[in-house]
This record gives sequence, C-alpha cells and structure tokens, in this order.
Amino acid sequence: MTDATQAASAHTSGLLAIWRHTRYVLGENPVTAFSFALFLFFLLCATIGPYVVPFDPLTTNTQSALQPPSLRHFFGTDHLGRDIFSRVVVAARLDLFIAIASVALVFAMGGVAGIAAGFFGGWTDKIVGRISDTIMAFPLFVLAMGIVAALGNTVTNIVIATAVINFPLYARLARSEANVRKEAGFVHAARLAGNSELRILFGHILPNIMPIMMVQISLTMGYAILNAAGLSFIGLGVRPPTPEWGIMVAEGASYIVSGEWWIALFPGLTLMLAVFCFNLLGDGLRDIVDPLRRT
Amino acid sequence: MSDLLDIRDLCVEFETRKGIVRAVEKIDISLKKGETLGIVGESGSGKSVTSYAAMRILDRAGRITSGSIVYSGIDLATAGEAEMRDLRGREMSMIFQNPRAALNPIRQIGRQIEDVLIQHVQATRAEARRRAIAALEQVRIANPEERYNAYPFQLSGGMCQRVVIALALACRPQLLIADEPTTGLDVTTQKAIMDLIVDLTREHGMSTILITHDLGLAAAYCDRVTVMEKGRVVECASSQDIFGSPQHAYTRKLMRATPRPGALLQDLLPEDSPPQSPANAQSTAARSDTPLLRIEGLIKEYPRMSAGGWLEKLRGSNPADEKPFRAVDDVSFDVGRGETVGLVGESGCGKSTTSMMIMRLLDPTQGRILFDGTDLALFPAKEFARNPLRRRIQMVFQDPTESLNPRYTAMRAIADPILQAADRPRRDAVRARCEELAGLVGLPLNLLDRLPHQLSGGQKARVGIARALALNPDLVVLDEPTAALDVSVQAVVLNLLQSLKERLGMSYLFVSHDLHVVRLLCDRVIVMRSGRIVEQGKCEDVLERPASAYTRELIDAIPKRPV
Amino acid sequence: MLRLIGRRLLTALPSIVGVIIVTFLLTRVLPGDPAAYFAGPAATPAAIAEVRTKLGLDRPLPEQFFSYVAGLARGDLGTSLTTGRPVMTELAARLPASAELTLAGLILSFMIAVPLGILAAIRQGSWIDHLCRVLATAGVSLPVFFTGLLLVYVFYYLTGIAPSPVGRIDVFYSPPPSVTGFYVIDALIARDFGALRAALSQLALPVATLAIFSLAPIARITRASMLGVLSSEFIRTARASGLRPTTVVITYAFRNALIPVVTTIGMVFSFLLGANVLVEKVFAWPGVGSFAIEALIASDFAPVQGFVLTMAILYILINLSIDLLYGVIDPRVRIEG
Repeated sequence: MTDATQAASAHTSGLLAIWRHTRYVLGENPVTAFSFALFLFFLLCATIGPYVVPFDPLTTNTQSALQPPSLRHFFGTDHLGRDIFSRVVVAARLDLFIAIASVALVFAMGGVAGIAAGFFGGWTDKIVGRISDTIMAFPLFVLAMGIVAALGNTVTNIVIATAVINFPLYARLARSEANVRKEAGFVHAARLAGNSELRILFGHILPNIMPIMMVQISLTMGYAILNAAGLSFIGLGVRPPTPEWGIMVAEGASYIVSGEWWIALFPGLTLMLAVFCFNLLGDGLRDIVDPLRRT
Repeated sequence: MSDLLDIRDLCVEFETRKGIVRAVEKIDISLKKGETLGIVGESGSGKSVTSYAAMRILDRAGRITSGSIVYSGIDLATAGEAEMRDLRGREMSMIFQNPRAALNPIRQIGRQIEDVLIQHVQATRAEARRRAIAALEQVRIANPEERYNAYPFQLSGGMCQRVVIALALACRPQLLIADEPTTGLDVTTQKAIMDLIVDLTREHGMSTILITHDLGLAAAYCDRVTVMEKGRVVECASSQDIFGSPQHAYTRKLMRATPRPGALLQDLLPEDSPPQSPANAQSTAARSDTPLLRIEGLIKEYPRMSAGGWLEKLRGSNPADEKPFRAVDDVSFDVGRGETVGLVGESGCGKSTTSMMIMRLLDPTQGRILFDGTDLALFPAKEFARNPLRRRIQMVFQDPTESLNPRYTAMRAIADPILQAADRPRRDAVRARCEELAGLVGLPLNLLDRLPHQLSGGQKARVGIARALALNPDLVVLDEPTAALDVSVQAVVLNLLQSLKERLGMSYLFVSHDLHVVRLLCDRVIVMRSGRIVEQGKCEDVLERPASAYTRELIDAIPKRPV
Repeated sequence: MLRLIGRRLLTALPSIVGVIIVTFLLTRVLPGDPAAYFAGPAATPAAIAEVRTKLGLDRPLPEQFFSYVAGLARGDLGTSLTTGRPVMTELAARLPASAELTLAGLILSFMIAVPLGILAAIRQGSWIDHLCRVLATAGVSLPVFFTGLLLVYVFYYLTGIAPSPVGRIDVFYSPPPSVTGFYVIDALIARDFGALRAALSQLALPVATLAIFSLAPIARITRASMLGVLSSEFIRTARASGLRPTTVVITYAFRNALIPVVTTIGMVFSFLLGANVLVEKVFAWPGVGSFAIEALIASDFAPVQGFVLTMAILYILINLSIDLLYGVIDPRVRIEG
C-alpha cells in the first residue's frame, strides 16, 4: 500500500469513527435520536412544506371561519377561515430562517470577537468586554423591542436584534474558552513548533472551542425562535397576514376566552416543540463533537 | 497488642460506563494500636479506595461487595449509616491531599472545627470556640485566636493542611488515615507536616495509616509498609524488612525505580531490562569554552495586583505598593554544549519563569539570553515563532496530557514542528520522520494514529519528547517532565532522556523540585529561592557539601529511609 | 462592606452611561427621521418640523446628547403623544403593577425551584431528579405568552376557577388606598380582605405563568451547582468528620452552591423583565409593558424609549443588589473586594 492510500484510508476510518460514534450516541440516548429526527422534520417542513400543504396559507374564506379541527382542517380554521395546519407548516420556513440567520450572524461576530478578546487580551478585550457589558445591562427582550422599534418593523431587523442580544453570550463564552487555553501546555508547544499566533488561534484553539460553541448554537437557536415569536406576538417585526407562529398565537389569543382554543394552541405547540427540539439537540451535539467521550 | 483495625477479604467495585470495575480485590490489612502503617502503590493500585471503604465514604458508584472491616469489634462493612457517622471524626479521622480544597471555602476555619466538636458532643456551644482555638494551637498555628476567623483562601497550603489535621484530631480519634497528605506541598513543608502528624499521633497513642505513592516517605515514617498493585496487596512487612529484603518482584521494581542517594540512572530500571549504554552523565559532557547558553542578569517583574484598579490609581496610593514584584531577580548562569544543568527550587522560586523566558515564551524585563552568541532577549516572544533559532531550542512540558492538543493524533502532534518549519513538506517524508522519532523514543508505531486520551501517561510523555526532538534542537528545556508520572514510568522516561542526549548530543536544562532526580541526570545544579540563585555548582558538590543553609534545609527535608 | 458598596456603585456607572448612550443612539442616529417618529404617523410636514425644533433635532448631535442627558437628570423622558402626559408620570404610575407581578413571580419560582434543585442533586437518578430535568428542559422551551393563554383556557374558560384575565383587580372591588402601590400589601395594610382576595385571584395566573417560565433556569443551576459542590473535596472532609447529613447539605453544600444560583438570578431577572411585557399583554395587566406595547402600536416613540431606559436602569440596580448579596455570601468577594 502506498502512503497516499494509507493516508486516505486513515481519513475514511476517521469519518467512519465519527459516524460510528454518532450512531452510538443516538443508540445510547433515544432522546437525542428523537430530537435529531424532529429537527430533520422541521427542516423538511421548511423546505418542501409550502408545496405540499392542502390549502393556501393566505386565502381567506369567511364561510368556513372558526371551524374546530376536523379531517378537512386538521388544526381547524381561524377567524378568516384560513387553514391553520397549512399556515403552521408554511411558517416553519420563516421561523427557522430567522433563527438560523441570527445565530449565524452572532456566531460570526460574537465568536470571532470573543476569541480575539480572550487570545490577544489588551484593548481588543477591553472593547469587546465593554460592548458586551453594555448590551447585558439591558433586559435582553426589552433591548430587542427597542431595536426593532427604532430600526423599523422588518424581518431583517428581527434578525439583527436577535443577533445583538445574543452577542454577549457568544463573546463571553468564546473569550473565556480562548483565555483558559491561551496558556495551555499544547498552545506553548505549538509556539515552540513555530506556529504563528494566528495559526495557533485558528489551528489549535478554535477547533478545541468548537464543541462548546456548537452546543451554544443549538441552545440559542431555540432562544432565537422564542425571541422572534415574542416580538411578533406584541406586533413587532413580522406582520399579518404572513404566517408566523408568534403572530398566529397572538391572533388566537382573543379567541381563547371564548373557547376557540385551536387557533392559538397549534402554532403555540409547534413553537414549543421547535424550541424543545433545539434544546435537546444541544445536549446531544455535545456528546458527539466531544472527542473525550469518543471511545 | 490487639488489632485496632482488621480488614479481611475486602472487595470494592465501581460501576462505570464500561461496566463494573474491581478496584480492590480480596485484600487483608491489619493495624495494631499505636502503630503507623504505610500503604504504598502507584496510581490505580486501590490504596485510596481501601481507605475510603474503611471510612465508608466511597462515592455513589462504588460499593463494598464482600469482606469485612472490623474496627474494635464493629464490622464497618455492614454498619449502619448512623453508626458510621458517629464513628467518623470521633473514633476515626481522615486527612486528604490538596488541603485547600478539603476545607469549606466560605466558612471560617474555627467554625469548621467547632462543627465537628459539636456534632460529636465533645463541646457545648459555649466552650466550642475555646476548644477549636486549642485544636489550632495544638497543630502549632501561631495566633490561633486570630486564625480562628480566617477563611481557607487566606492561608497557605501548608497552613491549610495544619487546619485539616486540627479538624481531624479535634475529637481525639483512635485512628488517623492520611491520604497523600503532603503531595503537592514543597519538600520543606512536607517535612514539617509529617513531623507534626507523627508527633501528635504518638502523643495521643493513635494508630495511623499513611497512604502514599512515595516509598521514601513511607520508609521514613512508618513501622510497617503494605505494598499494593492493581487492587491487590503484594507484600506487607516491617519497614526494615521491606527495604532490606523486599520479597515481591513488584516491590523490588518499585524500590529500584525510586530515586535515592547512591543510585545511578540505570539502577532505576527493573533488574531484567537490557543494559543501557555504559557511559554515564559526567563523561558525555563535552567541555567547551563557549557555552551554548549564557544567561546574564535576567530579571522578570510583574506589576503588583492592586484590587482597586483605576479608582486606586486616581486616589494615588502608597508608592511602596507600586514597586513591582520580581519573579526572577538578577539570574546569571551558563549551560555548556552537551551539558545537563538542573534548575531546582520550591514552588514560586522563579525556576519556571526563568525557563519560560529562555524558551522565548515570555519577555524578560531586563537581561541577556545569549544562545550560541545571539541575544535572544532582543526578539519579542510573539515574533520568535518565525525566527530560524526557534527550532534549536525546544521544550518538554510538565504535564504530558495538558501539553498535547486533545484533537491532534500522536502523529499530528509530532509532525507539527516539522510542518511549520518545512516549506511544502512531502507527506511521506513527514510520516517517515515521525516514525523515526517514534522509534527513537520507543513509541510503538501503531499508537501514532491515536488521540491523546487513548494513550497512557508514559506514552503521552514519549509523544511530548518526540515532538521536542523533531527539529534536532541543540537545547531542550525539561520542565519537570516526570512530575505527573508514577515512579516506575519516571525511571523509564529519565533513562530515555539520558540515552537520547548521549545519542543526539543535545544540552538539557532540567527544571525540577526533586533533588534526587536532578542528581541522577545533571552535571551541574542551580538552586533558586525567591527569584534568586542561592547556590550553583557540580552536582556532587552541591548535594554532598551544600554551601548555603537553604540547600542544606532542602536536602534534610527529603525523607530518609531507616538505616 | 461600605467600601464594597461604594466600589460596586462605581462599577455600575459605565453601564448606566452605556445604557443612556445606546437609548439615545437608538432614536437619533439610526436611519429614518426621528422627528417623524416622535411626531407620530399622522403628522403633517409642518407638525414634523415643529417637533424637530421643539426637540432640538436641528442642533448638532453632541448638543442634542447633552440636552437629552440634562432632561434625564430632571426626570424628563419626553411626552407621550397618545395620552399627552409626561412619560415619566405614566411610567411611575404603572411601575408598581409590573413590579408586583415580577417579584411575586420570582419569589414563587424561587420557592419551588431551589428545593427541587437541591432534592434532585442529593437524590441523583431518582424520580425527583428526572422531574427536575424534564421541568428544566420543558420550562425553557415554553413560550411565556403561550403558557399564559393555556392557563387562561384551563382555569378561566374550562373550569372557571380563575377570574376574567383582565387587570389587577375585579371591577366590583375598588383598589385599596395606595401606600406601596402593591395591591396585595396595600390591601393588607388597609385590612381590606375582600380586595386582598380579589387582587390575589387576579395575580394568580400571571404569576404562575412567570413562575413556570423562570423555574427552569433556577432549578437547573441549583441542581448543577449542588452536584458540583457535593462532589467537591471539602464535602468529603465534612462527611469524613461525621457531620450530620443536614449540616453537610445545608451549611456546607448549599451555601457554596448558592453563589452560582445568585449569579443566575441576574440572568433570570433579565428574562423576567422581558417576559413581563408578554404576560402583561396576555392578561391586560396595566403595567409599564402594556403601556409600551400600546405606544408601539401607535408609533409613539417617546414612551418606548422611556420604557427601555427605565427597564435598563432598573435592571442595573437589580444587578447591583445581586452583587452586594454576593459579598454577603462569599467572603472571598467581601474581603478581597
């Protein structure tokens, strides 16, 4: 066997090991397996949902308003006669988009700023720390309200507001993780090997911080969805008639006292399930990416 | 004399992710009244588990599966929890490794002693305070009334251990179990603590079990010694006998591996191991007029940590406080070509700071670091990675686990310096070099694809050494390279380092707290204290005829075996 | 201790400055015409121009900032367009309602979550541990407005136990004479037990909603930090000295475990002050949150800005008291400062 094929086989065996470990974790922990399945299901709804739902989510039909769940309308209809099931499925795309976009944004900004602050210290650290402190000085949801109110009622601004309020979480986590590793033996060893500081940062420190950042991503994804839905619920950001879980609960809120429970219940349950799914996923992810638990 | 404690056929099991693990396997241990028994073994031998079983403080996963532990007629293995609670602290006490962590961090130490006294109805609330102060006095803590109100973080490690001893002895128990009581403490503190334990237990006619990995310590302080290996007792005899004529092969191996006066480096290896090259340390030291490394007037200062920060600065605080702390204070020495120099001192003496500056991981405040004629202190530490001299100075780190990137395989770790140094390295050439290095340090090739957590301590140490040698350095700084290893592994690693030096002709700067180990490997030794060099000279001279009082104190503090 | 208080007060200063700058920037520097915001959606160009000169928006930015800060110092947060009254007066009138709700929610959840977390930690793996974990994960997943609606449906519509989810007190009762602004306490002071009952029954559902929401993080951190402390070495020492389990758990373990729990309360408050807004909307609670939402809908920006600033200052003060509490518990903080 030549060296190249040997190296290649070592590589595939590495991938194989990860796959085996993933399967092992999923097999050992059915809750994690369940959350993975749920996550895939939500992704499926977001991608092909709008093409397969039985009704148009925006078409109103006053004839069939306020119907309870039936075989025709699985989740019933709302006060304008729109099919709630279709609206809930279609809304997955917007809600997941907000969550993923805001988390990606904050991961890029907060993660990089935090790692740089922890690794380089000095002024970088002071500036990042001051920004984080200022954001943390606000009750976060209230700050998000203020930002969306000032910037204007759009989906983009919801994404920005959610990213901003999560910034300190990422920056602080990345900072402390980079900071404890800055003086670790293996980082000194990498210096002795002739690695430049940037190379140490990206080649040695970042890969070791990734597992814990992944867990953070998963947990804040749930938080981001909750936050966006909360903003919509009080009339900020997404506007009716766009299907979005938070708005749909808000629309159903006034019918709760008169007994039309299904309008708010189904979007609320779906919202809860999505957040629940991301929280469970966070714990599961940690087991998979942590090489110390790989046996 | 009758037995105070009698352990028969004891088995302890732990439930782990990988199934049930037997930590202790049918052991018999007995202890007479007033006797001091040493339990000696390497990590994983089950020595601590045995003592936890006797106190019945095993954690949730562990349980006693069979056997008996009879303490003055009571079988502790089956005793109820209420009965055990009454015995613990009143009849039998325990002191631990890492004394600072053994005390409640947010409770005054005097109150912690009171808690025990009141629990065992040894004192009423009214007189508890007086009794607690008396207990502190007994362990020779100065100003006990004042110390009563102290919190653990305000005390030194040695002082904390005294408090733990006061806590353990407050109710005058019959049995004291000391689990590695001095590990992690400096050698002079170790002597003070051990002398204190012996004095107090003798005074009260107590029995003591001393659990340690250090044969020398057990030999110096115990009447009898029990040697454990992998959960079993392999030998038990009086200290005299066990050191005079060890019966079991493992005891012999352990004894041989322990550095001691008069022994040569190869004496540390098991009897049947292949002979090392006959050359010893002295003969290899090629004398040359220009030293490889010359340190001149090296100083490292740190600003004092002022708690107030900017507020204090605004107010303008006392100028005496602003004088920076000198971790390294005007240090000068040479390391010759092919020479091994030992840098010795207790924690906080500045030896590690000195080595970090030589390694160019830390910038000195002042002074010159002449390496082969070039002053390295002129290059900032941050830019030294790209300097061509970088490859000529390498280091082996103290903790083999922490110094390996957990996400790099052994191969990748060894290859790292090669990949950084070479321009577009060829894959097969790198692999070949790594395999060559692995062969050199005795690391089996099939381990090269493993991650650090899949390797043993000794194997990780070998990876660290191979990485340091990858670029054929001229100077290797060894920063306590065996401090985290068991003695038998330490013996092998020390021998490996010596034979590598002979084959490759490098110089070593060996940083250590252990004078015995330094003597084995070094030509010359430098003793440091509070940032300054107190003495330097040839190894034999310094160790046998120390010129300074401090060096003498250090040597005296090393436990002596019975003669 | 006094030195500690002084030092903490000083460390809070940069936060306050930061908060004021951010709230200022939110209105003045962002895209769009702030005068249009303040004038409201139906304003004519002339009205906008008038607002611009009135608010000093035609002056340079630093000057505007100084007059903003000077206004704040006088307690001037601007005027609400919808009610025509000073924002400060409006907020002050509504703040007790919100505070009563938030504090009651926090106290209730603390009383449930802390014992639950302790029990889960000392009986690791038992049913109570599983219950704690399920509650912790489910609790953080529940959208607070959804929990509120569910409670309304079950306890008002289905069973009729709870009163109509509108306001702080039933319309048939008059609020007790105001002393603290907290209806429950004021009713007790006035010995008006009818009003007390009415106030409590109105409080029950929103407080339960907030408690369910904040239970999860507190229980979770209590359990985790108790587990960490229980496996630490000084607990082993305490057990090896034969101390009673209650002493070990309460005096030794819990007091140490409390340190991270207290830190978490700061975070929980941040969540609670946000969740409060949503709960106030669900239960038509006449607090600062519903005031802000009404203003938002009317595009009346001064109250929103005042609300954000007030909440932030309140939150800084809460964190300040948490820091001081920290010093009481942990001698390392108290002595080293």
